[in-house]
Amino acid sequence: MAGFDKRVASYAEAMEGIEDGMTVLAGGFGLCGIPENLIAEIKRRGVKNLTVASNNCGVDGFGLGVLLEDRQISRIFASYVGENALFEQQMLNDEIEVILTPQGTLAEKMRAGGAGIPAFYTATGYGTPIGEGKEVREFNGRHYILEEALVGDFAIVKGWKADRYGNVVYRHTAQNFNPLAATAGKITVVEVEEIVEPGELEPSQIHTPGIYVDRIIQGTFEKRIEKRTVHG
Amino acid sequence: MALTREQMARRVARELEDGFYVNLGIGIPTLVANYVPEGIDVMLQSENGLLGMGRFPTEEELDADMINAGKQTVTARPGAAIFSSAESFAMIRGGHVDLTVLGAFEVDQEGNIASWMVPGKLIKGMGGAMDLVAGAENIICTMTHASKHGESKLLEKCTLPLTGAGCINRVLTDLAYLEIKDGAFVLKERAPGVSVEEIIEKTAGKLVVPDHVPEMTFVEE
Repeated sequence: MAGFDKRVASYAEAMEGIEDGMTVLAGGFGLCGIPENLIAEIKRRGVKNLTVASNNCGVDGFGLGVLLEDRQISRIFASYVGENALFEQQMLNDEIEVILTPQGTLAEKMRAGGAGIPAFYTATGYGTPIGEGKEVREFNGRHYILEEALVGDFAIVKGWKADRYGNVVYRHTAQNFNPLAATAGKITVVEVEEIVEPGELEPSQIHTPGIYVDRIIQGTFEKRIEKRTVHG
Repeated sequence: MALTREQMARRVARELEDGFYVNLGIGIPTLVANYVPEGIDVMLQSENGLLGMGRFPTEEELDADMINAGKQTVTARPGAAIFSSAESFAMIRGGHVDLTVLGAFEVDQEGNIASWMVPGKLIKGMGGAMDLVAGAENIICTMTHASKHGESKLLEKCTLPLTGAGCINRVLTDLAYLEIKDGAFVLKERAPGVSVEEIIEKTAGKLVVPDHVPEMTFVEE
Protein backbone atom coordinates (compact mmCIF):
# COMPACT_ATOMS: atom_id res chain seq x y z
CA MET A 1 0.00 0.00 0.00
CA ALA A 2 1.38 3.39 -0.92
CA GLY A 3 0.06 6.78 0.09
CA PHE A 4 0.96 7.64 3.65
CA ASP A 5 1.65 4.09 4.76
CA LYS A 6 5.25 4.25 6.01
CA ARG A 7 5.49 0.67 7.27
CA VAL A 8 8.28 -1.55 6.04
CA ALA A 9 8.36 -5.33 6.38
CA SER A 10 11.92 -5.94 7.54
CA TYR A 11 14.93 -4.27 9.10
CA ALA A 12 16.80 -4.85 5.84
CA GLU A 13 14.15 -2.74 4.10
CA ALA A 14 14.22 -0.19 6.92
CA MET A 15 17.90 0.61 6.31
CA GLU A 16 17.83 0.16 2.51
CA GLY A 17 20.09 2.72 0.85
CA ILE A 18 22.62 3.24 3.61
CA GLU A 19 26.11 3.43 2.13
CA ASP A 20 29.71 3.92 3.16
CA GLY A 21 30.56 7.48 4.16
CA MET A 22 27.03 8.55 5.03
CA THR A 23 25.98 10.63 8.02
CA VAL A 24 23.61 9.03 10.53
CA LEU A 25 21.80 10.95 13.27
CA ALA A 26 20.77 8.73 16.16
CA GLY A 27 18.30 9.29 18.99
CA GLY A 28 18.92 8.12 22.54
CA PHE A 29 20.58 9.24 25.74
CA GLY A 30 22.99 6.71 27.18
CA LEU A 31 21.19 3.43 26.50
CA CYS A 32 17.75 4.99 27.02
CA GLY A 33 15.59 5.26 23.93
CA ILE A 34 18.19 3.96 21.47
CA PRO A 35 17.19 2.38 18.14
CA GLU A 36 18.81 -0.95 19.03
CA ASN A 37 17.58 -2.96 16.07
CA LEU A 38 18.37 -0.30 13.48
CA ILE A 39 21.90 -0.12 14.89
CA ALA A 40 22.11 -3.92 14.65
CA GLU A 41 21.05 -3.70 11.01
CA ILE A 42 23.76 -1.13 10.27
CA LYS A 43 26.24 -3.54 11.84
CA ARG A 44 24.90 -6.43 9.76
CA ARG A 45 25.31 -4.42 6.57
CA GLY A 46 28.91 -3.62 7.43
CA VAL A 47 28.83 -0.10 5.97
CA LYS A 48 31.95 1.83 6.88
CA ASN A 49 33.32 5.31 7.29
CA LEU A 50 30.12 6.58 8.84
CA THR A 51 29.73 9.96 10.49
CA VAL A 52 27.42 9.56 13.47
CA ALA A 53 25.76 12.23 15.57
CA SER A 54 24.49 10.96 18.90
CA ASN A 55 24.72 12.18 22.48
CA ASN A 56 26.74 9.11 23.46
CA CYS A 57 28.29 6.15 21.71
CA GLY A 58 26.70 3.30 23.63
CA VAL A 59 28.71 0.90 25.78
CA ASP A 60 30.97 -2.02 24.91
CA GLY A 61 28.81 -4.52 23.05
CA PHE A 62 25.54 -2.56 23.11
CA GLY A 63 24.02 0.46 21.41
CA LEU A 64 26.27 2.33 19.00
CA GLY A 65 29.17 0.56 20.71
CA VAL A 66 28.58 -2.44 18.43
CA LEU A 67 29.47 -0.33 15.37
CA LEU A 68 32.92 0.26 16.84
CA GLU A 69 33.73 -3.46 16.79
CA ASP A 70 34.20 -3.47 12.99
CA ARG A 71 35.36 0.16 12.89
CA GLN A 72 32.25 1.34 11.04
CA ILE A 73 32.30 4.83 12.57
CA SER A 74 35.07 7.18 11.48
CA ARG A 75 33.69 10.40 12.94
CA ILE A 76 31.25 11.16 15.72
CA PHE A 77 29.55 14.24 17.13
CA ALA A 78 28.80 13.50 20.79
CA SER A 79 28.68 15.27 24.14
CA TYR A 80 29.89 12.43 26.33
CA VAL A 81 31.83 9.34 25.34
CA GLY A 82 32.82 7.76 28.67
CA GLU A 83 31.90 4.25 29.76
CA ASN A 84 33.17 2.57 26.60
CA ALA A 85 36.63 1.00 26.59
CA LEU A 86 36.72 0.21 22.85
CA PHE A 87 35.74 3.77 22.07
CA GLU A 88 38.51 5.13 24.29
CA GLN A 89 41.03 2.89 22.56
CA GLN A 90 39.96 3.97 19.06
CA MET A 91 40.01 7.61 20.14
CA LEU A 92 43.53 7.29 21.57
CA ASN A 93 44.69 5.52 18.38
CA ASP A 94 43.13 8.27 16.21
CA GLU A 95 40.95 5.66 14.51
CA ILE A 96 37.88 7.72 15.22
CA GLU A 97 37.49 11.48 15.02
CA VAL A 98 35.50 12.79 17.96
CA ILE A 99 33.86 16.18 17.68
CA LEU A 100 32.88 16.84 21.26
CA THR A 101 29.76 18.97 21.17
CA PRO A 102 27.94 20.45 24.16
CA GLN A 103 24.72 18.54 24.74
CA GLY A 104 22.39 21.48 24.20
CA THR A 105 24.31 22.54 21.11
CA LEU A 106 24.05 19.01 19.70
CA ALA A 107 20.29 18.99 20.28
CA GLU A 108 19.95 22.40 18.68
CA LYS A 109 22.15 21.39 15.71
CA MET A 110 19.66 18.61 14.95
CA ARG A 111 16.63 20.79 15.62
CA ALA A 112 18.03 23.50 13.33
CA GLY A 113 18.94 20.95 10.67
CA GLY A 114 15.38 19.70 10.58
CA ALA A 115 13.90 23.19 10.67
CA GLY A 116 15.85 24.56 7.70
CA ILE A 117 18.07 26.82 9.79
CA PRO A 118 21.69 26.42 8.62
CA ALA A 119 23.37 27.82 11.74
CA PHE A 120 22.64 29.59 15.01
CA TYR A 121 24.39 31.67 17.64
CA THR A 122 24.77 30.34 21.17
CA ALA A 123 26.65 31.49 24.26
CA THR A 124 27.48 27.88 25.04
CA GLY A 125 31.19 27.28 24.57
CA TYR A 126 32.24 30.90 24.12
CA GLY A 127 35.68 31.40 25.67
CA THR A 128 36.32 27.64 25.76
CA PRO A 129 38.13 25.28 23.34
CA ILE A 130 34.73 24.61 21.71
CA GLY A 131 34.53 28.23 20.57
CA GLU A 132 37.97 28.30 18.99
CA GLY A 133 37.90 29.13 15.28
CA LYS A 134 34.18 29.83 15.28
CA GLU A 135 32.61 33.13 14.32
CA VAL A 136 31.82 35.29 17.36
CA ARG A 137 29.15 37.97 17.53
CA GLU A 138 28.03 40.22 20.30
CA PHE A 139 24.34 40.70 21.02
CA ASN A 140 23.22 42.96 23.90
CA GLY A 141 26.69 42.91 25.43
CA ARG A 142 27.12 39.15 25.42
CA HIS A 143 29.31 36.98 23.20
CA TYR A 144 27.92 34.15 21.12
CA ILE A 145 29.52 31.63 18.77
CA LEU A 146 28.11 30.45 15.47
CA GLU A 147 27.27 26.75 15.37
CA GLU A 148 26.21 24.97 12.19
CA ALA A 149 23.18 22.70 11.87
CA LEU A 150 23.39 18.95 11.29
CA VAL A 151 21.49 17.03 8.67
CA GLY A 152 21.75 13.26 8.29
CA ASP A 153 21.54 11.05 5.21
CA PHE A 154 19.70 8.82 7.66
CA ALA A 155 18.10 9.45 11.03
CA ILE A 156 17.53 6.40 13.21
CA VAL A 157 14.91 6.85 15.89
CA LYS A 158 13.31 4.80 18.66
CA GLY A 159 9.67 5.55 19.45
CA TRP A 160 7.09 3.96 21.70
CA LYS A 161 4.00 3.92 19.49
CA ALA A 162 3.39 5.01 15.94
CA ASP A 163 0.60 4.74 13.46
CA ARG A 164 1.27 3.71 9.87
CA TYR A 165 1.29 7.35 8.79
CA GLY A 166 4.45 7.79 10.86
CA ASN A 167 3.02 9.80 13.72
CA VAL A 168 5.15 8.90 16.73
CA VAL A 169 4.95 9.20 20.51
CA TYR A 170 7.84 8.50 22.87
CA ARG A 171 7.69 6.99 26.32
CA HIS A 172 9.03 8.88 29.37
CA THR A 173 12.65 10.02 29.12
CA ALA A 174 13.24 7.72 26.14
CA GLN A 175 12.18 10.81 24.18
CA ASN A 176 15.49 12.74 24.57
CA PHE A 177 17.18 13.30 21.17
CA ASN A 178 14.74 11.12 19.21
CA PRO A 179 12.26 13.77 18.02
CA LEU A 180 15.17 16.04 17.00
CA ALA A 181 16.98 13.37 15.01
CA ALA A 182 13.64 12.48 13.42
CA THR A 183 13.30 15.93 11.86
CA ALA A 184 16.81 16.06 10.43
CA GLY A 185 17.19 12.89 8.39
CA LYS A 186 16.93 12.87 4.59
CA ILE A 187 15.59 9.40 5.28
CA THR A 188 14.11 9.06 8.77
CA VAL A 189 13.56 5.54 10.03
CA VAL A 190 11.60 4.99 13.22
CA GLU A 191 11.36 1.71 15.08
CA VAL A 192 8.65 1.40 17.71
CA GLU A 193 7.29 -1.05 20.24
CA GLU A 194 3.80 -0.94 18.79
CA ILE A 195 2.16 0.17 15.55
CA VAL A 196 -1.42 1.30 16.17
CA GLU A 197 -4.29 2.24 13.86
CA PRO A 198 -4.50 5.85 12.61
CA GLY A 199 -6.76 7.73 15.02
CA GLU A 200 -5.64 5.79 18.08
CA LEU A 201 -2.99 8.35 18.94
CA GLU A 202 -4.44 11.63 20.20
CA PRO A 203 -3.47 14.20 17.52
CA SER A 204 -2.48 16.87 20.04
CA GLN A 205 -0.22 14.42 21.88
CA ILE A 206 1.90 13.42 18.85
CA HIS A 207 5.59 14.15 19.49
CA THR A 208 6.82 13.55 15.92
CA PRO A 209 4.28 14.26 13.18
CA GLY A 210 4.38 11.78 10.31
CA ILE A 211 5.64 14.33 7.78
CA TYR A 212 9.17 13.85 9.14
CA VAL A 213 9.06 10.08 8.95
CA ASP A 214 9.85 7.91 5.91
CA ARG A 215 9.87 4.37 7.30
CA ILE A 216 8.25 2.72 10.33
CA ILE A 217 8.94 -0.71 11.72
CA GLN A 218 7.76 -2.54 14.82
CA GLY A 219 10.44 -4.34 16.82
CA THR A 220 11.24 -5.96 20.11
CA PHE A 221 13.72 -4.32 22.43
CA GLU A 222 16.12 -5.40 25.13
CA LYS A 223 16.05 -1.94 26.80
CA ARG A 224 19.21 -2.47 28.79
CA ILE A 225 19.59 -0.37 31.95
CA GLU A 226 22.95 1.34 32.29
CA LYS A 227 22.81 2.36 35.96
CA ARG A 228 20.22 0.48 37.93
CA THR A 229 19.45 2.50 41.04
CA VAL A 230 16.62 1.62 43.40
CA HIS A 231 15.09 3.21 46.47
CA GLY A 232 15.84 1.88 49.94
CA MET B 1 37.49 20.62 60.16
CA ALA B 2 36.81 20.56 56.47
CA LEU B 3 33.18 19.95 55.55
CA THR B 4 32.07 16.45 54.67
CA ARG B 5 30.27 15.86 51.37
CA GLU B 6 26.99 15.72 53.28
CA GLN B 7 27.71 19.01 55.05
CA MET B 8 28.56 20.63 51.72
CA ALA B 9 25.23 19.44 50.34
CA ARG B 10 23.43 20.74 53.45
CA ARG B 11 25.08 24.14 53.13
CA VAL B 12 24.13 24.43 49.44
CA ALA B 13 20.56 23.39 50.28
CA ARG B 14 20.21 26.57 52.38
CA GLU B 15 20.40 28.55 49.14
CA LEU B 16 17.24 26.88 47.83
CA GLU B 17 14.12 29.00 47.77
CA ASP B 18 10.50 27.94 47.61
CA GLY B 19 9.42 27.61 43.99
CA PHE B 20 12.93 27.23 42.55
CA TYR B 21 13.60 25.12 39.46
CA VAL B 22 17.01 23.59 40.14
CA ASN B 23 19.53 21.61 38.11
CA LEU B 24 21.91 19.49 40.17
CA GLY B 25 25.10 18.11 38.66
CA ILE B 26 26.67 14.74 39.38
CA GLY B 27 28.42 14.08 42.73
CA ILE B 28 27.97 16.38 45.72
CA PRO B 29 25.34 18.49 43.89
CA THR B 30 23.13 15.39 43.59
CA LEU B 31 23.18 15.04 47.40
CA VAL B 32 21.60 18.50 47.77
CA ALA B 33 18.24 16.91 46.93
CA ASN B 34 18.41 15.03 50.26
CA TYR B 35 18.53 18.24 52.29
CA VAL B 36 15.77 20.45 50.88
CA PRO B 37 14.63 22.49 53.92
CA GLU B 38 11.24 21.87 55.46
CA GLY B 39 8.42 23.89 53.93
CA ILE B 40 10.28 24.55 50.68
CA ASP B 41 9.23 23.02 47.40
CA VAL B 42 11.76 22.81 44.57
CA MET B 43 11.44 21.17 41.16
CA LEU B 44 14.54 19.32 39.95
CA GLN B 45 15.45 19.59 36.30
CA SER B 46 17.40 16.76 34.69
CA GLU B 47 18.85 17.82 31.35
CA ASN B 48 17.97 14.62 29.51
CA GLY B 49 14.42 15.99 29.50
CA LEU B 50 12.75 15.75 32.90
CA LEU B 51 11.39 18.57 35.05
CA GLY B 52 10.24 17.21 38.40
CA MET B 53 12.68 14.40 39.07
CA GLY B 54 11.58 12.19 41.95
CA ARG B 55 13.33 9.61 44.12
CA PHE B 56 14.88 6.38 42.90
CA PRO B 57 12.30 3.73 41.94
CA THR B 58 11.36 0.66 43.91
CA GLU B 59 12.05 -2.70 42.25
CA GLU B 60 8.44 -2.67 41.03
CA GLU B 61 8.71 0.85 39.61
CA LEU B 62 12.05 0.26 37.85
CA ASP B 63 11.74 1.36 34.21
CA ALA B 64 14.45 1.50 31.55
CA ASP B 65 12.65 4.44 29.92
CA MET B 66 12.89 6.57 33.06
CA ILE B 67 16.39 7.85 33.79
CA ASN B 68 18.15 11.04 34.87
CA ALA B 69 21.08 12.84 33.29
CA GLY B 70 23.47 10.63 35.26
CA LYS B 71 21.76 7.66 33.52
CA GLN B 72 20.42 6.39 36.84
CA THR B 73 16.91 5.00 36.97
CA VAL B 74 14.60 7.52 38.64
CA THR B 75 10.91 8.37 39.03
CA ALA B 76 8.96 11.46 38.09
CA ARG B 77 7.20 13.29 40.93
CA PRO B 78 3.54 14.30 40.62
CA GLY B 79 3.40 17.39 38.43
CA ALA B 80 6.50 16.46 36.44
CA ALA B 81 6.96 17.19 32.74
CA ILE B 82 9.00 15.22 30.20
CA PHE B 83 10.27 16.64 26.92
CA SER B 84 12.98 16.49 24.28
CA SER B 85 16.64 17.41 24.70
CA ALA B 86 16.13 20.57 22.62
CA GLU B 87 13.30 21.71 24.88
CA SER B 88 15.40 20.87 27.93
CA PHE B 89 18.28 23.03 26.76
CA ALA B 90 15.94 25.80 25.70
CA MET B 91 15.01 26.00 29.40
CA ILE B 92 18.65 25.93 30.43
CA ARG B 93 20.06 28.30 27.79
CA GLY B 94 17.06 30.58 28.05
CA GLY B 95 17.77 31.24 31.72
CA HIS B 96 14.60 29.63 33.06
CA VAL B 97 16.37 27.44 35.62
CA ASP B 98 16.64 29.34 38.93
CA LEU B 99 19.70 27.62 40.36
CA THR B 100 22.40 25.36 38.97
CA VAL B 101 24.78 23.46 41.23
CA LEU B 102 27.77 21.75 39.70
CA GLY B 103 31.27 20.56 40.49
CA ALA B 104 34.54 21.94 39.13
CA PHE B 105 38.26 21.25 38.93
CA GLU B 106 39.14 24.96 39.09
CA VAL B 107 37.44 28.34 39.30
CA ASP B 108 39.10 31.72 39.10
CA GLN B 109 38.53 35.23 40.38
CA GLU B 110 36.95 36.28 37.06
CA GLY B 111 34.26 33.64 37.44
CA ASN B 112 35.75 31.29 34.86
CA ILE B 113 35.21 27.57 35.44
CA ALA B 114 37.15 24.51 34.29
CA SER B 115 35.37 21.23 34.91
CA TRP B 116 35.49 18.99 31.86
CA MET B 117 38.97 18.14 30.71
CA VAL B 118 42.50 17.63 31.92
CA PRO B 119 44.94 17.72 29.00
CA GLY B 120 46.91 14.51 28.67
CA LYS B 121 44.19 12.54 30.42
CA LEU B 122 41.32 10.87 28.66
CA ILE B 123 38.61 13.29 27.56
CA LYS B 124 35.11 12.00 28.11
CA GLY B 125 33.16 15.07 27.12
CA MET B 126 31.37 18.03 28.60
CA GLY B 127 27.85 16.63 28.49
CA GLY B 128 25.49 19.48 29.34
CA ALA B 129 27.90 21.43 31.57
CA MET B 130 28.83 24.10 29.00
CA ASP B 131 25.17 24.83 28.26
CA LEU B 132 24.36 24.94 31.97
CA VAL B 133 27.07 27.45 32.85
CA ALA B 134 26.31 29.57 29.79
CA GLY B 135 22.60 29.69 30.53
CA ALA B 136 22.35 30.07 34.28
CA GLU B 137 22.62 33.37 36.10
CA ASN B 138 22.68 31.69 39.47
CA ILE B 139 25.35 29.01 39.78
CA ILE B 140 26.95 27.47 42.85
CA CYS B 141 30.16 25.56 42.29
CA THR B 142 30.95 22.80 44.77
CA MET B 143 34.53 21.62 44.98
CA THR B 144 37.42 20.95 47.34
CA HIS B 145 39.36 24.11 48.12
CA ALA B 146 42.74 22.56 47.34
CA SER B 147 44.11 19.36 45.83
CA LYS B 148 45.39 16.50 47.98
CA HIS B 149 48.84 18.04 47.60
CA GLY B 150 47.57 21.36 48.95
CA GLU B 151 47.47 23.19 45.61
CA SER B 152 44.68 25.75 45.47
CA LYS B 153 41.79 25.28 43.05
CA LEU B 154 40.61 28.87 43.54
CA LEU B 155 42.91 30.64 41.15
CA GLU B 156 43.82 34.00 39.68
CA LYS B 157 43.33 32.38 36.28
CA CYS B 158 42.21 28.85 35.44
CA THR B 159 44.98 26.67 34.03
CA LEU B 160 42.72 23.96 32.55
CA PRO B 161 40.55 24.42 29.44
CA LEU B 162 37.40 26.31 30.38
CA THR B 163 33.84 25.08 30.57
CA GLY B 164 32.55 28.66 30.65
CA ALA B 165 33.89 32.19 30.89
CA GLY B 166 32.86 34.69 33.56
CA CYS B 167 29.81 32.74 34.64
CA ILE B 168 30.39 31.61 38.24
CA ASN B 169 29.38 33.86 41.11
CA ARG B 170 29.32 31.53 44.12
CA VAL B 171 31.62 28.77 45.31
CA LEU B 172 31.22 26.36 48.19
CA THR B 173 34.37 24.46 49.06
CA ASP B 174 35.06 22.08 51.92
CA LEU B 175 36.63 25.05 53.73
CA ALA B 176 34.54 28.09 52.85
CA TYR B 177 31.62 29.73 51.15
CA LEU B 178 32.70 32.51 48.81
CA GLU B 179 31.26 34.91 46.29
CA ILE B 180 33.07 36.07 43.18
CA LYS B 181 32.75 39.81 42.70
CA ASP B 182 34.75 42.46 40.83
CA GLY B 183 37.65 40.14 40.05
CA ALA B 184 38.04 38.65 43.52
CA PHE B 185 36.82 35.90 45.80
CA VAL B 186 34.95 37.36 48.76
CA LEU B 187 35.07 35.14 51.84
CA LYS B 188 31.54 34.94 53.25
CA GLU B 189 31.64 31.97 55.66
CA ARG B 190 34.18 29.46 56.88
CA ALA B 191 33.73 25.79 57.76
CA PRO B 192 33.49 25.01 61.49
CA GLY B 193 36.95 25.11 63.04
CA VAL B 194 38.68 26.32 59.86
CA SER B 195 40.67 29.49 60.35
CA VAL B 196 40.69 32.48 58.04
CA GLU B 197 44.46 32.02 57.82
CA GLU B 198 44.10 28.51 56.41
CA ILE B 199 41.66 29.78 53.78
CA ILE B 200 44.01 32.64 52.86
CA GLU B 201 46.87 30.16 52.57
CA LYS B 202 44.88 27.82 50.30
CA THR B 203 43.41 30.48 48.02
CA ALA B 204 45.72 31.37 45.13
CA GLY B 205 43.38 33.95 43.59
CA LYS B 206 42.68 37.41 44.97
CA LEU B 207 40.77 37.03 48.22
CA VAL B 208 38.80 39.71 50.01
CA VAL B 209 38.42 38.97 53.72
CA PRO B 210 35.77 41.02 55.55
CA ASP B 211 36.34 42.01 59.20
CA HIS B 212 33.99 39.33 60.38
CA VAL B 213 33.75 35.91 58.71
CA PRO B 214 31.02 33.85 60.37
CA GLU B 215 31.50 30.15 60.98
CA MET B 216 28.96 27.79 59.40
CA THR B 217 26.81 25.90 61.87
CA PHE B 218 25.28 22.48 61.41
CA VAL B 219 22.66 21.25 63.84
CA GLU B 220 22.81 17.46 63.99
CA GLU B 221 19.69 15.97 62.53
